[in-house]
Parts: sequence; structure tokens; C-alpha cells
Amino acid sequence: MASSNKPVVWALFAAGGTLAAFVLPAIIFSLTLGVGLGWIPLESLSYERTVAGLQSPFAKLAVIAVVVLILWHAAHRLRITAHDLGVYADGLVMLICYGIAALGSIAAFIVLLGL
Amino acid sequence: MTRRPYIRPVRRYSWWLSQPRYVRYMLREVSAVFIGSYTLMLIVGLLRLSQGPAAYESFLNAVQSTAGVTLSLISFIFALYHSVTWFGVTPKAMPLRMGGKAVPPAIIVGAHWLVWAIASLLILLWVGV
Amino acid sequence: MRQAFRQLEVLRYDPDTDSAPHFQTYEVPCQDDWVVLDAINYVKENLDRTLSYRWSCHMAVCGSCGLVVNGESVLACHAFLRDYPEKIRVEPLGNFPIERDLVVMIDDFVEKLRTVKPYIVSKKERAIEFGETLQSPEKLAAYKQYADCINCLLCYSACPQYGLNDNFVGPAALALAHRYNLDSRDVGRSARADVVASNPGIWECSFVGACSEVCPKNVDPAASIQQMKIAITADYFMRLLMPWRKP
Repeated sequence: MASSNKPVVWALFAAGGTLAAFVLPAIIFSLTLGVGLGWIPLESLSYERTVAGLQSPFAKLAVIAVVVLILWHAAHRLRITAHDLGVYADGLVMLICYGIAALGSIAAFIVLLGL
Repeated sequence: MTRRPYIRPVRRYSWWLSQPRYVRYMLREVSAVFIGSYTLMLIVGLLRLSQGPAAYESFLNAVQSTAGVTLSLISFIFALYHSVTWFGVTPKAMPLRMGGKAVPPAIIVGAHWLVWAIASLLILLWVGV
Repeated sequence: MRQAFRQLEVLRYDPDTDSAPHFQTYEVPCQDDWVVLDAINYVKENLDRTLSYRWSCHMAVCGSCGLVVNGESVLACHAFLRDYPEKIRVEPLGNFPIERDLVVMIDDFVEKLRTVKPYIVSKKERAIEFGETLQSPEKLAAYKQYADCINCLLCYSACPQYGLNDNFVGPAALALAHRYNLDSRDVGRSARADVVASNPGIWECSFVGACSEVCPKNVDPAASIQQMKIAITADYFMRLLMPWRKP
């Protein structure tokens, strides 16, 4: 069959896009925008409270899922956009896009494991 | 008569400027830049958290700075635009048929926004508004 | 019936004498209720007999008269002059080689259509004496909109991915593959996957959606491609996780 591995790539892209659509606006608002605008008290994001909140396996899993899937979604879309904008060096673009996504995911994983 | 088909040159870098619908498409695609960079910023936040209270404090200060708020605002707008465009196309990608008739797209989209509202509320509560 | 002059700026190309296409302007006395095709026909009959273009039914069912009018891919018989300014720029369908004037070479599409097997692939060949295969209205409704395609190629003209990469199988061919995949009388889904699920098949599509916006028959090829992405991805994972399952 002349099929490709695109289904794996696309499944991750679709999962990340769906997750981002459902949770990202609220995450941005509650974590940084709300705090930055003073609508959310700074104590909510204090060091102690944040570390405590990320202790449970459920929280760690949720954060990892959000980070990995959304990074992958953005990486894949940017790879496509690079092609749309006339950059045809797909191998290099893949390396940069997916590479950064992979590094970010690993970093998050390591941090969460150590908390 | 000779056949000498003429192949028109492709506007490799600027094709998307030729029609409003292409510009809107590019805007949707570019939302990924802000979605990706925001997620990377969150990871930086996690790293600062792991480096102790002082490092985390300076991260929070950066978030509250004018540049930080501006970035968050732009990311927020693009994240919402992503949600709008993503939910908007789900009726096309997953058409539903019930009782022999197509479910109206507005219902499918509306159901997504309902779940979005519930999820957003839960996230706000969890973070501790 | 009111009449007013309009300027038709038409792309001309004569392969015998021209090195490149160029625009030629005609002053056309147009009636209020005309479509672009009427104006072009006027030019041909009264002003310039050398103008070449395709048309047939004049009622948006044959798919012959696809053109780009003021930058938008339309059927010339379906583009009403009242919706356009006084100056109208007429070009051939985008993303295809120009044969002559407004006539493009559509061989690439015809070949791609052939490769998606746009016909019912039956489980068992039935002799004609056994009569028709019955199909309920519900089963027909499942694929009907994709069967409405008139092969006018406006979707290929509007699709930027087809413009950037003419390996792409393209909207109409993929929509027709989907039409047969959804037909209850057909079992050819895995046979079509060779082409549909390949890299230049559905995976070249980035869901710009221009194809569905210009389609005069509301076929919605963009929707068909996204549905196939989901179906093929599901197939892929099911084969991976449950290899014993029959496709």
C-alpha cells in the first residue's frame, strides 16, 4: 500500500488542536493574562500553591498531555505553513519544528517528574 | 496548429495575499506560532518552578510586565481564534446523522462551545480564581 | 431591458504566435440580466471570432465554462454581470496549463480521477438479469452531495495546494473517491486507499477550504477530505492495534 505515516502525525495534530481549542483560552486567561491584568490574585500562582497543585499524578498527566499535544499541534501546523510560505526544505523544517516540540516535551517531563 | 501550453508562474511567496480567504487561512495557520510559543513559555515557567522560589518569582514578574501581558493578550486572542475556527469545521469533519437527517451544523458547533465553557470553568476553579 | 457598455478584459494566448498570454479589452453592450458567458458570446459573435473558450449548457450543470472572473473562480454562465463592476477581467481556470485563450488543459485532472476508481466496485459481479441493486433513500443521502460534482474544476483553480504542488490528487477527485466509499453498494474503499491515503492524496490538503467556497454545486470537497483523513487514520490505528481485523 502506498500509504504514509501521515496518520500518526495527523492524529497527534488533531488531538493537540482539539485539546488546545477546549483548554488553551482558559489556561492563558487563568495563568498569565488574568494575573497580568490583576483580575486573578497573585497568591493563586504562588510558589507553594503551584508546587502543591502539581503533586498529584493526575495533575502531572494533565500538564504533560497539554504540553506534548499542543506543542505537536503547533509544530505540525508550522511545518505546513513553512511550505505555504515558500520554504521547501521539508527535512530541515521538520527537524526544527518537531525537534523543538520534542525538547520542550522532554523538559516538561523531567521537571514534572522532579517536583 | 502547434500545441504549446503555457504554464503560468506560481507566486511561491505571495499567493496567499491575492484573496481575502487566503489571508484568513494564513491568519488561522499563524495562530500556531502564538499557541506554540505560549506553550514553550509555560514550560519555561515549569523550569523556573523547579529552580526554586526566587527563580519562579522572577518568572511571575516577567509575566506581569507590560511585555508579558501584551504577549498573553495576543496569545489569548489567537487561542480563541483557533477555537472558533477549529469548532467551526467540526460539522464538516464529523457530520452527524440522526433519524435519517443531518444534524444542523450549528448544534454540533454549539455543543463544542458548551463543553468549552464547562472546561474553562473547571480550569479557572482549579487554578483558583 | 436596460443596456450598458462594460469593459471585458480577456486573457488571450495564441500558441502559434504568442510567447506569453496578454490581455485584450473589448467594449461590450451588456443587458442587465446577462451572465459573463453572454458577454463573452457577444464578443465571439460580433467583435472577435478568434476568441476560444469552452461552454455548453448555460445553466450550471455541464461544468464546461469554468473561468476566473475578477480573481474568483466561477462558472461563466453562473456569474451575473449585475454582481460585477463595469470593468470585468476574464482569465482561464487557475493552476492548469493554458492551451489557447480561455481554454486550459485538464488532462491532469482526468488522469487523477481515473486513479481513484470513480465507479462502484462490487463484492460480486451481478448479471443484468438479476435486476437493480436496491438502495434506500437514507443510504442515498449518505453520499448524494458528493455525487453532485460536475467536474467543473473550479475547486482545482481555487486550491492553493494544487497550485503549489500539482502532484496533489485534488479536491474533486478526492470528493468523488469519498462518494464511492460512502455508497452502500461499493466495497472499493481499500482499493482506493492506494491513491487516496498516499502523500499526494488527502495528506497534501491543509484545509484551506477554498474549494468548497467556490463549488457551484455545494459538493463541499473540503469536508470529504477531512472525513477521509479521520477514516483513514482510524483504519491505520485499527490495523496497527488489531491486525487480525479484516479491512
